[in-house]
Amino acid sequence: MSANLATVSYIGATILFILSLGGLSHPETSRRGNLYGMIGMAIAVLATVFGPRVTASGYPWIIVALLIGGSVGLYAARVVKMTEMPELVAMMHSFVGLAACLVGYASYIDPSVQFVGAEKTIHEVEIYVGILIGAVTFSGSLIAFGKLSGKIGGKPLLLPGRHWLNLAALLIVIWFGHAFINAETPAQGLPSLIIMTVIALLFGIHMVMAIGGADMPVVVSMLNSYSGWAASATGFMLSNDLLIVTGSLVGSSGAILSYIMCRAMNRNFISVIAGGFGSGGAPTKGGAAEQPEGEVTPVSAQETAELLREAKNIVIVPGYGMAVAQAQHTVNEIVQYLRSKGANVRFAIHPVAGRMPGHMNVLLAEAKVPYDIVLEMDEINEDFPDTDVVMVIGANDIVNPAAQEDPNSPIAGMPVLEVWKAGTSIVMKRSMASGYAGVDNPLFYKENNRMLFGDAKKMLDEVLAALKA
Amino acid sequence: MSLVIGVPRETFPGEMRVATVPEVVQKLIKQGFAVVVESGAGNAANISDDEYRAAGAEVLGSAAEVWAKGDIVFKVRGPSAEEVGLLKEGGTLASFIWPAQNPELMQQLAAKKATVLAMDSVPRISRAQKLDALSSMANISGYRAVIEAASHFGRFFTGQITAAGKVPPAKVFVIGAGVAGLAAIGTAANLGAIVRANDTRPEVADQITSLGGEYVGVDYQEDGSGTGGYAKVMSEGFQKAQRDVFAQQAKDVDIIITTALIPGKPAPLLITADMVKSMKPGSVIVDIAGGNCELTKAGEVVVAHGVTIIGYTDLPNRLPKQASTLYATNLFRLSEDLVKTKSVDPAGEGAAAIHMNMEDEVIRGTTVINQGEVTWPPPPPKLSAAPAQQAKPAAPPPPPAHGAPSAPSSPARVATLFVFGALLFWLIGVGAPTAFLGHFTVFVLGCFIGYMVVWNVTPALHTPLMSVTNAISSIIVIGALVQVAPPLADGITRPEVLIKCLAGAAIALTAINMFGGFAVTRRMLGMFRKN
Repeated sequence: MSANLATVSYIGATILFILSLGGLSHPETSRRGNLYGMIGMAIAVLATVFGPRVTASGYPWIIVALLIGGSVGLYAARVVKMTEMPELVAMMHSFVGLAACLVGYASYIDPSVQFVGAEKTIHEVEIYVGILIGAVTFSGSLIAFGKLSGKIGGKPLLLPGRHWLNLAALLIVIWFGHAFINAETPAQGLPSLIIMTVIALLFGIHMVMAIGGADMPVVVSMLNSYSGWAASATGFMLSNDLLIVTGSLVGSSGAILSYIMCRAMNRNFISVIAGGFGSGGAPTKGGAAEQPEGEVTPVSAQETAELLREAKNIVIVPGYGMAVAQAQHTVNEIVQYLRSKGANVRFAIHPVAGRMPGHMNVLLAEAKVPYDIVLEMDEINEDFPDTDVVMVIGANDIVNPAAQEDPNSPIAGMPVLEVWKAGTSIVMKRSMASGYAGVDNPLFYKENNRMLFGDAKKMLDEVLAALKA
Repeated sequence: MSLVIGVPRETFPGEMRVATVPEVVQKLIKQGFAVVVESGAGNAANISDDEYRAAGAEVLGSAAEVWAKGDIVFKVRGPSAEEVGLLKEGGTLASFIWPAQNPELMQQLAAKKATVLAMDSVPRISRAQKLDALSSMANISGYRAVIEAASHFGRFFTGQITAAGKVPPAKVFVIGAGVAGLAAIGTAANLGAIVRANDTRPEVADQITSLGGEYVGVDYQEDGSGTGGYAKVMSEGFQKAQRDVFAQQAKDVDIIITTALIPGKPAPLLITADMVKSMKPGSVIVDIAGGNCELTKAGEVVVAHGVTIIGYTDLPNRLPKQASTLYATNLFRLSEDLVKTKSVDPAGEGAAAIHMNMEDEVIRGTTVINQGEVTWPPPPPKLSAAPAQQAKPAAPPPPPAHGAPSAPSSPARVATLFVFGALLFWLIGVGAPTAFLGHFTVFVLGCFIGYMVVWNVTPALHTPLMSVTNAISSIIVIGALVQVAPPLADGITRPEVLIKCLAGAAIALTAINMFGGFAVTRRMLGMFRKN
């Protein structure tokens, strides 16, 4: 296959990737979009393997590596539980980061392509930056994986003077970058490269460790973005436009997701990355936040069932608690039953519900909830005054009226689902503990609010039994 | 030994209500009480002795037995002199008392060393709403007032277009939007009438609108909110402005329902004889408050100037079963509060004792006599039911919807960005070699395409988006592929094994992503299905 043919194939693959992302604009077209992605990837890989840059002696290596990786990947995709999607995605981000590092090292010690002058400098900067991004992505994603799977605590780790530590790390990286570019031979440059990699790895760990549980959706999308930039940097390094375009697609996708998540929490991206939110000692500005007063009204599963049975308009607000309790299937059964009785049941999804963007949608889809009754916050927030009963399952901060009513609240200004405007709201919770933001929730003390304490799955099973009785 | 709640039959002439109903008996027993009911107590409210028995209550033949056996007696009306005689020495009584109007009754009860919980003295705070019997009764009064008006009114409430011609809807004017007024507004609106309402407290306008009424204000600056969520007496100037509004409404509407009461004062006179005269013949006035209309005769229906004026004082009594059920639930909530605050009961099971926690605002307010000691009136409530209007913090503007065009940034900001961008591009243009610029062009355009495409992704598919971008970013495999075995120019040697291992590992890692990412995306998208 000639070099030109390979380039044309790359253009085809690029178009298919763009179509693949475009297909996700609607569930109907999304499956075809995914197929486009697969075809694009196949074309890109085949065009490379049979292209001018790979000789036949490499085929065994390539086939063995693809077989190993492919079978691991397919196996993981088959067995992963939908509640564990954030962990899987974080893990995959780390692979991209590690691969970018490995390719960068291989490219540096590979003498088959020679540059001179400014091109050599730029090539070396590209390698340096590529490995830097790859290493940060790798270690950051590993920590994110640990936090999401509960292997590492969700509380942010705040080292004293952590911003200074980060700044120092940056300066050291620049210093060694200078040394690296001025190195005459790869053997001279390698120590700088390795030191930088270690620092980048530490930086990635430190960065994600300092971020609290509530900000995990931002972190996951941010690492998604980084993995794209890592691919782009590799593209620059290898002068490969396909990698550059694909990397920039993924990079901007992750950046947009991070932006959406930040906005949904009314948080500034910089302050999320700076970390520390959700540490319990929530920051307050200008006066203490109001402490809600009054008492909560607990209800039983039986009474919940009665409320639901009499309601015409029902909205269900799921949160991470539903995922933890694996309650989505019971929720669906309840919804099916209520709908068969003529009630209008819908779901309201807050952008940051769960641990990654769109997490709740996937869980509900898994439970066979039709997607056209699953609505976004902006679509449904106006309907709450006409809603008879709102059921909040394992969510807290995203339904906190303090965000609108109390300017001193740490979450003031965060867009929230206005469930308190409905006739009755029922909050299912394990206990009265506060949410990830560490903020007390005045919703619980409202007159039209009822609390259903207990494990979400168990309580919903009881509600279902009571409904059918 | 559990405490016994006694429920005697009401002895007041014409009283149809009863202080407990079978559903509540069950709940009380669950709470650890025993319940005794006098035979025939529920007859007037269509509840038979058998129903009480089925709920677990013991039915006793005479009032004396019930009074003797009950540690706590639940009643609707305050006790008569004979009934006070029957009350146990040091017993507990919960009923309507009206301590201000009945000083003698208070003395008699105090002499008996009784503990008396007056259901009319429940403080008007949010927490106590569930045991606010006055609200329960007012709600029924408001509903029944509309029903009474409808039965004396010669036309439909709702407007209709029939084959026989057009029927205009009735116009109803409700004065006072407390619990009774709001119930009346809701009921009349549900019947299809055009409902207008007035109240001296401007903050209730929203509540009136929410029930389907139209708020008619008085154009005079004065806020009528008193303590405890009630209204207060208004100034002379306001009253005149108010009378003008009422006079105007009287000429226009078919039905007037008045509910205006100020605590501790006689009901204010709002509808004068002249206003009644100005109303259309066949109109109806229901004076729930008793005294809002000059021509009202308490307890009677009179016709004056062709207008029917209903002055019933026992509206809740005309819905005995409903009134009994709500009242019984209020009493049950009271018992809940009493048991909740009791000192720790080592036995755990059963309410062995109730505890008069006089620190509790609700119990303090409701208790008018505590073991013979008169504790009425209570200190004033700390909180107004409708909190005084606070300066509402300016809510931050809602963020624009996904992908919606945001407001243009300020010119200064745009200019700064522009200058900064231009500088950056100039630097790149000066310093970078041609080959790099080609790639840079591709990169910038790629970012823009990604930006445009990804904003169109529906938020519901954000997780599949992440997994598919994950799969796509495994395109990095190309970087590894080209390093496994590139064609080498003559004379160049390279660390073959090391590079092959590095590249091979990279290929394996990206293959996990490639296959795993696409497969899991496929699996996820397969789950999304339409209704």
